[in-house]
Amino acid sequence: MSEFLRSYLTVGLFGALAVLVVGTFLGLSSLVRPTRPQPQKYINYESGVDPVGTGWSQANIRYYVFALLFVMFDVEAVFIFPWATRLEAYGLFGLVEMFIFIFILLLGLLYAWRKGVLRWI
Amino acid sequence: MSAAAVLADIDWHVEQQVFFYLIATTQVVAAWRVVTTKNIVHAALYLVVVLAGVAAQFILLGAEFIASTQVLVYIGAVIVLFLFGIMLTQARIGAENDLDQPNRLPAVLTAGLLAILTVSTVIRTFEDVELPDNSRTTTASVSDSIFSDYIIAFEAVSVLLLAALIGAIVVARKD
Amino acid sequence: MRTNVFALDPLFLDDVGFEEVGIVLLKVVVAFVMLLVSVMLMVWFERKFISDMQNRIGPNVAGPFGILQTFADGIKLFFKEDLIPERSDRFVFKLAPYLSLVPAFLVFVIVPIGGDFGEDGDGTVTWFGHETFLQVADAPVGVLFFLAMSSLAVYGVMLAGWSSGSKYPLLGSVRASAQMVSYEAALGLSLAAVILKTGSLSSHDIALAQTGGIVNWNVLATGIVPFVIFLIAGTAELNRPPFDLVEAEQELVGGFHTEYSSLRFALFFLAEFMNTVTMSAIIVTLFFGGPAGPTYAGPAWLWGMFWFMLKLLVFLGVFVWFRATLPRLRYDQLMDLGWKILIPLSLGWFLFVAALEIGDNRGWSRVVVAIVSGAALALGALLMSAAISASRRQRLDEQAESDSPVGAR
Repeated sequence: MSEFLRSYLTVGLFGALAVLVVGTFLGLSSLVRPTRPQPQKYINYESGVDPVGTGWSQANIRYYVFALLFVMFDVEAVFIFPWATRLEAYGLFGLVEMFIFIFILLLGLLYAWRKGVLRWI
Repeated sequence: MSAAAVLADIDWHVEQQVFFYLIATTQVVAAWRVVTTKNIVHAALYLVVVLAGVAAQFILLGAEFIASTQVLVYIGAVIVLFLFGIMLTQARIGAENDLDQPNRLPAVLTAGLLAILTVSTVIRTFEDVELPDNSRTTTASVSDSIFSDYIIAFEAVSVLLLAALIGAIVVARKD
Repeated sequence: MRTNVFALDPLFLDDVGFEEVGIVLLKVVVAFVMLLVSVMLMVWFERKFISDMQNRIGPNVAGPFGILQTFADGIKLFFKEDLIPERSDRFVFKLAPYLSLVPAFLVFVIVPIGGDFGEDGDGTVTWFGHETFLQVADAPVGVLFFLAMSSLAVYGVMLAGWSSGSKYPLLGSVRASAQMVSYEAALGLSLAAVILKTGSLSSHDIALAQTGGIVNWNVLATGIVPFVIFLIAGTAELNRPPFDLVEAEQELVGGFHTEYSSLRFALFFLAEFMNTVTMSAIIVTLFFGGPAGPTYAGPAWLWGMFWFMLKLLVFLGVFVWFRATLPRLRYDQLMDLGWKILIPLSLGWFLFVAALEIGDNRGWSRVVVAIVSGAALALGALLMSAAISASRRQRLDEQAESDSPVGAR
């Protein structure tokens, strides 16, 4: 196994340890904690009154637009990072390329801004 | 050199093989659950497992930049977008029967054909490609190929993203 | 520039035997225990510090200065009945605390917590005759790893709210996730300037590039703006005050974890504080030189740890101070700040730093480059604001014409 994979194995080990510890806590707790079921205990909390309707409510479409904007800028960041590590090699040409890339994506933000979807009422 | 000596000389990457099959099995099971589960949020979660498996496979191949990008973009952004979309339409708890489709046969045929097409393309293209020993794709080399060979594609990505955003805004706005 | 593209732990350079495996296990256990203990102390520190700021006494019964209060609370919650609402999605309900906590743990993997980061140090320590980095794993794509893990934190919040099958948690979780993804974008983009300065994504290399005095720290080297953006976006990403709309008690009860009780509830809190600790650690690493400090007399690993802890404590204090001082933002202000200020600013600043860097490489005059690129960016910002105000005028005119009631849309 290469040294590179070993370091990721360590990461995996760390994650597994985290899951294990959390699981152990929950398991131990389930052994010692009391369980006295009453139907009222399992009703959803709605400020003390009986819950009205279903617990589900439709989310606003605005959230979706923000999530989409986020995908856009996330992809942008992923392209920017490797570029930033190699800036010296690309020089001015690279800067112009990156400028065009960022400019086009900022146009998207500008469009959303102008259309008022960034406005939260 | 005898055949046995040649075989003994090859680095079999035993650990990689073991992990590959472990991860691949998990992925197949999760992918199966994506299409069979009766709850749409559960389907999205199983999809997360599949995509995390893809990231793990990339790490096995030494492509850590691609692997972390996979987590960052697909799990951290695209599935979150899916979840927002689900919350927008139908995110009820419990089994939903509308998710099922009576047209099983055409679905199976389409899926089978697609699978054959993909597998054969991948095998035909990469048949002779061998991974160099202890290979790692560094961020720098990924970056170099993006900003030299694929520079047009790189700029096209931004236009594509822009188009997707404008489309979503047009659909989302009432007026 | 002192960069090592293949930032791999020197521990693994030779053949690996039991000792190397032992060192790795030791590092895992040490980091794990350190993280848990510092979270415990952070909870106490926050409560004590904020009560000092509010002229209260705060916890003072359990142990000296109430330092065992967190422990007492944990034990109490450990013995509490666990309720799962009948209308919930049981599987996801049980899964959500894990999804919150495990990414919080994993971020800590890339933080160098010690080592020789002195004038000529290479950031290593020597343990049992083996040179190694004092961090659990040095992923060469460390910064991306950090961003990937912090983007996973959205899942815990979103799924906890959804699986409760209850109104307030759902509202709170959708709100919180939208907030987290918004600031996640600003968080990532502000880091671009840091990467530009260092030329590497590895957290070890970034810390190493900042050795040799305060002027080399990224906070100054990148011109403060990325740090400020990162601090604001980080606070929002943590859902801490003044961005704690998730837990806006006055309107949402408790937010996404309203239906959680017993130990599962405690796990969400653990995750929240752990995220605070790891975010402070990341800030220290990326902007404040990590374990670098003025003196390294004596064992290097000890001093590195000391300076690191000192800086960590400062930022933990800053987060508490924010909470004590700043009033909560309104949701529209929150979104405006993220999308209309932080993201354009971080992109513009990134291009500015890149232009300066290229000018330096070519030997151009720094002042000229700064003036030209600054003017170009100012022009861009001006055009952008002109376009926006034009569209706002247009929209207001249309609204007045159509005579629709205010706020109908």
